[in-house]
This record gives sequence, structure tokens and C-alpha cells, in this order.
Amino acid sequence: MLTETRPSGDTSQKPVPPRRQREKSGIWLVDFYTSAVGKKWVMAITGIGLIGFVLSHMVGNLKVYAGAEDFDHYAEFLREMLVPIFPRTVFLWLVRGGLVMMFVFHIHSAISLARLNLQANASYATKRDYVAANFASRTMRWTGPIILLYLIFHLADLTWGVEPAATAVFERGEAYANLVASFERPVVAGIYIVANLALGFHLYHGTWSLFQSLGVNNPAYNTARRYLAGGVAAAIVIGNCSFPIAVLAGVVD
Amino acid sequence: MRITLRVWRQPGPEAQGEFRTYEAPEVSEDMSFLELIDAVNEDLLEKGEEPIACDSDCREGICGMCGVMINGLPHGPSEGTATCQLHMRKFQDGDLIEVEPWRAAAFPVIRDLVVDRSAFDTIIESGGYVSVSTGSAPDANEILVPKSASDAAMDAAACIGCGACVAACPNSAAQLFTSAKLAHLNLLPQGQPERWDRVEIMVDTMEEFFGSCTNHGECEKACPKEITIDFIAMMNADYVKSKFKNRRRLGQKKAG
Repeated sequence: MLTETRPSGDTSQKPVPPRRQREKSGIWLVDFYTSAVGKKWVMAITGIGLIGFVLSHMVGNLKVYAGAEDFDHYAEFLREMLVPIFPRTVFLWLVRGGLVMMFVFHIHSAISLARLNLQANASYATKRDYVAANFASRTMRWTGPIILLYLIFHLADLTWGVEPAATAVFERGEAYANLVASFERPVVAGIYIVANLALGFHLYHGTWSLFQSLGVNNPAYNTARRYLAGGVAAAIVIGNCSFPIAVLAGVVD
Repeated sequence: MRITLRVWRQPGPEAQGEFRTYEAPEVSEDMSFLELIDAVNEDLLEKGEEPIACDSDCREGICGMCGVMINGLPHGPSEGTATCQLHMRKFQDGDLIEVEPWRAAAFPVIRDLVVDRSAFDTIIESGGYVSVSTGSAPDANEILVPKSASDAAMDAAACIGCGACVAACPNSAAQLFTSAKLAHLNLLPQGQPERWDRVEIMVDTMEEFFGSCTNHGECEKACPKEITIDFIAMMNADYVKSKFKNRRRLGQKKAG
């Protein structure tokens, strides 16, 4: 493209000035993270880690159907992972630290990209007719905070045992009894079900979207990505929602 | 057919805009959307009113000048066409059509339906070029181009820079435009010497103006040239690769 010399003095002919300037630190990883494309990479990679966590958490918890003994044994195994390479609970804490880091970067990149997008956007006065954007992709900004609030509630309920999130009969290490006591409260069971539906929508768009952000997609597999996203979301919602429903129905008690 | 137009009127960049309603009682279904605006403008001129300002040039879908939001859809309801290729047969007799300019913080309205898309030019200027040897004419077919690469590059090069992707994006992101311009050059042998610098500088320049991609896919549906978001994925992959490639240059400073 030819770069024309624009007539001087005529302000209407000057190009639109940049809306923001990025400062380059010179450290390439930092520079990469300050770019929006870089943040999407970080969001996708932390997203993969968090999807892996959510999936393995759900699969592990299926042991609730095997009874109190198996479930509590599984809870104890988590504390004894990689013993004797590490002392008891050390590896569990390493995993927890990794998860916290992933959450921090996932949320930080989400907030700063959302701010960038709100600034770049100018809204239409007429009603927009969206063709491709679906409910899941349009609500990422809402399902994300819902999941964070739910996560804090969930930790208070079944990990820290803080009332009123947790029941009065909460006891450390009694994973099965704590879970049953908690889900016997219909309101809490409802919170878990609603939050997991939000998680399902978040994962549906996230799983589809991460291939695009990482640039590892292939037109031949684009349809398969939709199925994968639907499968991951459905597995999480069905698996996780089954626990409170099973407790309320008396299947698990 | 009878059409009612509700059009955004704004006398200048700083002026307050508003919608005005115009009646077009005798519209032929063979008219293009721009011809409808022409007809309305002739009426306005006869009445001594200011005609509606809108961009147009080739009127055959290849220049990228025209482009307005029609009933909430960039370039209107027909897929894979620019505003000039939208015909009134797509509408019903008695329809109300709402027309608004592209909206994005980096696309300020100049007047009525005309927006300033010079941010696109700034992105192109930053890296949308290839270096060629001058001198005597090279032999034909000296540089071999794989057929698939030339086809894919052509798909990307179909971008006419109309701005519908930005207009369609809820984040006003220009990923589809920038990735098409990048892929157009990056897929071809002639584009290789500057490939990694080009990716870095064009993405960085884009981010000075526009929002970021949240993978809704609205842009590819709005694109009159049906450019796919797979080019965006390619740009994302190339951007991270560029960070590694440029670092391998043994401390050499980048050209330019």
C-alpha cells in the first residue's frame, strides 16, 4: 500500500491517533503478557489447567457413590500423594499453589482484557442482531465472577468449615459426612446446581475458544471442537450436579 | 415497494447525532441499498435539505468503502456481500430499515454514516509490505509458491478493509482484518523475510486502537468476503512464535 503524504493543515485528513501506547519493558515474557494476544494465550493455558482440575475433581468425587469409606480413603490419598518423595500433604500444597497461580493469572488477564474491550467499544443506538455469538460466549463476563464467588463458598463449606457456609457438624477429615450434611440443606444444594450450570456455560465457550487463542486449531477439526466443548461442559454439569441431587434424593446418605 | 428509513444523521465529528426518518414510497426491488440512499438523497436535495453522507466507490463489492449497520447487521442481512451488493429484494414492502454508522472508539464518525477508518491504514503501514529486489525483471516462476499456500493467501487477500469485522465485534476488535492482512503476506515465500517482525508490529499497532478477541465469531459472519477466523488463530500462533524467533537473532536489533 502506498503511504500518501496527507495534506498538512487539514485536520480532518490526519489519521486517527492511537488510543493507547504500550510501554515495552524489554523483558519478552512481560512484553508478551502486556499484549492482548499474549493475555489470551495465558488465559487459554491457565484455562486448560483449570479444566483439567475441574474434570479430575469431578471424577475423583464420583467415589462418593462407592460409600463413605472409599470416599474418605480417596480424600486421605490426596494428602498422601507422592509420599515418600514429598512429606505428607506437601505435594497437595504444591498443586494448590499451582491452582491459585492459574486462577490469579486467569482472572487478571480476564479483567484487564474486559477493561480494554469496554474502552475500545462504542455502543450502537439501534439493536444489534448477533449471528454467531452464543449465550455462553456472551455471558463469560458474568459466569466467571459467579464461579469465583461459588469457589469461595465451596472452600468455606467443605474445606475450611466456616459457618454459615459449612454445617454446624463440620469436622476436618470427615469428607463424606461433611458433604452429605452440607447437601442436605436444599438452599446449598441449589447454590451448587446453579453454580455448576454457570461453570458449564463458561467451560463450553472456554473449551471451544482456547484452541483459537492458542492458534492450534485446524479447519478440519473445527466441528469436532464444538463437540469437545459440549462434551466437557456436559460431563462437568452432569457429574457435579449429580452429587447434591443424589444427597437430596437420599441415594447418598 | 415502500420503505421507511431511520438514518443516523450527524453533521460533523464533534456534533451530536440523532436518527431521522425518511419515507421512500417507490423503491424497486432491483435497487441496491446504495441506490435507495441515492434516491432518498435526490428527494432531500429537491427539498433543499442536506443529503445523507455515506461512503461508496466501486459499488461492486471490492473497494471496501461502503459499509453501514443495517438493522443491527453489518452490511445488512445478506451473507458474504457488501452494502452495495445488498438488494432491496431482501426486504419486504413496508419495512422499517434502521441505518447506523460503524461504531468503535477507533472509528470516529466523520459525518452521518461515514466513519474514519484510518486506523486500518496505520496497521497496514506498520508492517503490511514486502521487500523486493529492484533492477532487471526476474524470470517468471522463479519463486515457487505451493498451490495451497497461494489459495489460502488469496482467501486472506480478499479482505477489502471495509471494517465490518470491527463493527460486528462486541469488543470492537480488529483481529479478522489484521490476521487477514498478515496471512496474505505470511503464507507466501515473498513474505517470509519480514514475517516475524511483521506479526509483532502489526499486532502491537492493532492493539493501540482496538479491543481484544473473545472468539464470538461475529466478524466472520459479517465479513463480505467470508474470511474465516482460522486466520485469527494463525495470527495468534505466529505472534507467540515471533517472540521466540526474534530472540534467536543473537542480540541483533530488529530492522525498522
